[in-house]
Amino acid sequence: MMSAAQTQSVRTGHVTRMFIYLFLLLSALFYLLPFFIMLTNSVKPLGEITGGNMMSLPEVFTLEPWKAAWSSAQVGVEPTGLRPYFWNSIRMVVPAVFISTILGALNGYVLTKWRFRFDTILFGLMLFSCFIPFQIVLIPMARILGILGLAGSTYGLILVHVVYGIGFSTLYFRNYYAAFPTELVRAAQIDGARFFQIFRRIMLPSSGPIIVVCVIWQFTNIWNDFLFGASFASGSGAPMTVALNNLVQSSTGVKEYNVHFAGAILAALPTLLVYIVAGRYFVRGLMAGSVKG
Amino acid sequence: MGFLDIRNVTKSYGRVEVLHRVDISVEEGEFLVLVGPSGCGKSTLLNMIAGLEDISSGDIAINGRVVNGVHPSNRNIAMVFQSYALYPNMTVGQNITFGLEMHGVPRPEREKAMKEVAELLQIGQLLDRKPGQLSGGQRQRVAMGRALVRNPDVFLFDEPLSNLDAKLRVNMRTEIKKLHEKLKTTIVYVTHDQIEAMTLSTRIAVMYQGHVQQLGAPKEIYDTPANLFVATFMGSPAMNIIPAQVVMQDDRPHARVTTRDGSHAMLPFSQANLAAWDGRDILLGIRPEAITDPDGADRKSDNIVALGNHIGLTEPAGSDTFVTMTLGGRDTIARMRADVSVSPGDRFEFAVNMDKAIAFDPGTEDRIGP
Amino acid sequence: MTRQGETDFRTRLQHWLPKVVLSPSLAMVLVFVYGFILFTIYLSFTDSRILPSYGWVGLENYSKLWRLSHWTTSLTNLGIYAFLYITICTALGLALAIFLDQKIRGEGALRPIYLYPMALSFIVTGTAWKWFLDPGIGIEHTMHLWGWESFRFGWIKDRDFAIYTLVIAAVWQTSGFVMAMFLAGLRGIDSEIMKAAQIDGASNFNLYRRIVIPLLRPAFLSAFVILAHLAIKSYDLVIALTGGGPGRATELPATFMYSYTFTRNQMGIGASSAVIMLMTIAAIMVPYLYAELRERK
Repeated sequence: MMSAAQTQSVRTGHVTRMFIYLFLLLSALFYLLPFFIMLTNSVKPLGEITGGNMMSLPEVFTLEPWKAAWSSAQVGVEPTGLRPYFWNSIRMVVPAVFISTILGALNGYVLTKWRFRFDTILFGLMLFSCFIPFQIVLIPMARILGILGLAGSTYGLILVHVVYGIGFSTLYFRNYYAAFPTELVRAAQIDGARFFQIFRRIMLPSSGPIIVVCVIWQFTNIWNDFLFGASFASGSGAPMTVALNNLVQSSTGVKEYNVHFAGAILAALPTLLVYIVAGRYFVRGLMAGSVKG
Repeated sequence: MGFLDIRNVTKSYGRVEVLHRVDISVEEGEFLVLVGPSGCGKSTLLNMIAGLEDISSGDIAINGRVVNGVHPSNRNIAMVFQSYALYPNMTVGQNITFGLEMHGVPRPEREKAMKEVAELLQIGQLLDRKPGQLSGGQRQRVAMGRALVRNPDVFLFDEPLSNLDAKLRVNMRTEIKKLHEKLKTTIVYVTHDQIEAMTLSTRIAVMYQGHVQQLGAPKEIYDTPANLFVATFMGSPAMNIIPAQVVMQDDRPHARVTTRDGSHAMLPFSQANLAAWDGRDILLGIRPEAITDPDGADRKSDNIVALGNHIGLTEPAGSDTFVTMTLGGRDTIARMRADVSVSPGDRFEFAVNMDKAIAFDPGTEDRIGP
Repeated sequence: MTRQGETDFRTRLQHWLPKVVLSPSLAMVLVFVYGFILFTIYLSFTDSRILPSYGWVGLENYSKLWRLSHWTTSLTNLGIYAFLYITICTALGLALAIFLDQKIRGEGALRPIYLYPMALSFIVTGTAWKWFLDPGIGIEHTMHLWGWESFRFGWIKDRDFAIYTLVIAAVWQTSGFVMAMFLAGLRGIDSEIMKAAQIDGASNFNLYRRIVIPLLRPAFLSAFVILAHLAIKSYDLVIALTGGGPGRATELPATFMYSYTFTRNQMGIGASSAVIMLMTIAAIMVPYLYAELRERK
């Protein structure tokens, strides 16, 4: 989509072009600087940060802050580092992404190829659920998770993320399958394929790109969630974002900025990696989530 | 009772009826073409035969069994789609045998059936390719192969040639005709192209606004169209429709028409029953090929009338020359030999074959019998 | 010839299967979204404190809410924050998109740089900016070390300016996304329209002002809707960057709701604030979604 060959042919003068390049480069600096500072300061000893210049490269290179952030820093009350919380997040994200994607694919399939009365209204109800302020569901959700015995657990968070992820995953698959020729489904019906056979043999094999888009979107969203994690799983069941916040906000002792930075990068690493590896799909997901058509 | 019976079938979406009481009976081995402009209900009817759309009322029976409510795959039909609808993720071979696989046919039999069909359609060398790697004509063959391999009671074709370019379309048309003559299968074929309808069919149902306007053999449809719609829809260029008045002369009904200079010409009808319309207005229908230069007139006809008129426009089309004149205030097209020498503005003696002329009631737009 | 009863069991099952498959998702959404919304609305009319209780108090929570300076401060903050956030993101995103669309060398490298913050958690963004803006070790400290002794940038510690640091960090995170939306819009404009305008003698400025920007209307609308709903939902960033402070300088409705419900044990008031947040978002999203879904019928 965005890598398409440029077709516009606006002529610009020399001075204008200089200005444009300057603006673009300064902007790039603006976007890169905070991350650059986190990175350089995460490999400095603490003294070099408090006593020295944030912008300068490390004089002494050390991986100690990373080790501390990963396995020994004080998170909340325990000196466990972020490691257990990282695995909490993994245990939460993988099933939640998997389930919400499967459900989204089935919903999209039904909503485009087996249409019935009021299906657009039902889809509208699902779609709106993506945009609600989640504060509106916090209180009853906390109650229900308590009643189900899922409060504070990873399973509870999986349930929450599946429920509030369905809207987007359905949106992706619905839009994708809307462009998928209905004649193929009809041909398969005449060939004798039934509902699930058509889905498995005809639709799914052609759904590669949208599965990638959906998985990336759900992964990024669920990994980065803070509100649900903080509300329903603080303590030892907390996900990475909550643990990072606890690490940074902990008021005891000296502020170990280098450890905080290392921790922040650790928390950002999985989504950043996905972005670097599959940025094209990430952008497609963003666009599909905003401009529907 | 026929092999495929469509009895009193209607289709409604909510309160809107889109197909009104269709009654068609197709014999085994017939090639029925449903033709009409888009939105006339022809595809809806085809989908109802296939079982892809519900029947609102009436019955459809295939081979003696009412199939209302039977799943498409259990009706023993096969369908060729406009877009071919080849499964993009499967090879040509898998596309062809998918239906057999779904019906639980064992692999060796599937392979055998596939080989036979591939040979029949000469697509043996394509079996391992994906549909994306095929040309339009090849996809068309594969789609037909997928239908043939099922050996169904009825073949359904939904505008199968409309995605091909003009030359390929003519070739494939011939092939479909050959295939039908060889296999003698029952076919229902939907198209909006009246030439396809004429060339392929053993019978045509002309549809318009949810009604079957006329059902009959191609020649019948062409020569004695039931109404103005059928007359103008079938044939290219379209039939000339000229306002005229019936006048009795020498005890014979004539059509009195106005030429370009305002004078009247008298064209004697071959149908005596038009005497009943003496003095009334009618619409005179004459196909372009029934208006020629005197040398090109049909010698077997005994009702060739000379008509003097000014030539409007000439359009040499290679094999013929189309000449336009004004008759009854309308542009009227004559089809002449290619080498005829005429130029615009000249006065010319047209030869009109009144054996082929028909008349329509301007009120009801129906053809005036018999 | 048999007449009725032809519809075999499997075919009837096929008829119901799509609805059966859809129903778990639908049930979840109906219960966990719409059921919960109704429950929260109900709570907002009750005397719930630390736990839900069901004594009906009518509109009392709402009238209390509007008398709380804490709430009105949150709303004012949201107003300032949302206005600046939406305006700056849109302006910056549009500028970046238009400039990137001028056959820029290295576009392929610049685009991902502008967009990567979108992949990060607001908590990470907050952590990064918190220290970068901290006068003790951040940009102010650096400028002093570089010899600019009088440089002052202590907004994050200043009650009157802290809200703007929230805007800076949020713009940093999402403006690249807005850029991507506008760029897609620009690339979707028929190049023949551009050529025609140039042949008509339009200057570059007029070309964009009169032709291109009006054609980007759908992208503007989408950007506005997305940014507005993000602004109202902003919670994580506040927690990570300022924690709502200094004082209440960066409290937003989202943080207000959370603290009243879960730390101050005023669940009725918390619920009523959540209802107001929902209403605000619904006022923006419902017409938008309605139009989007209608168009495609």
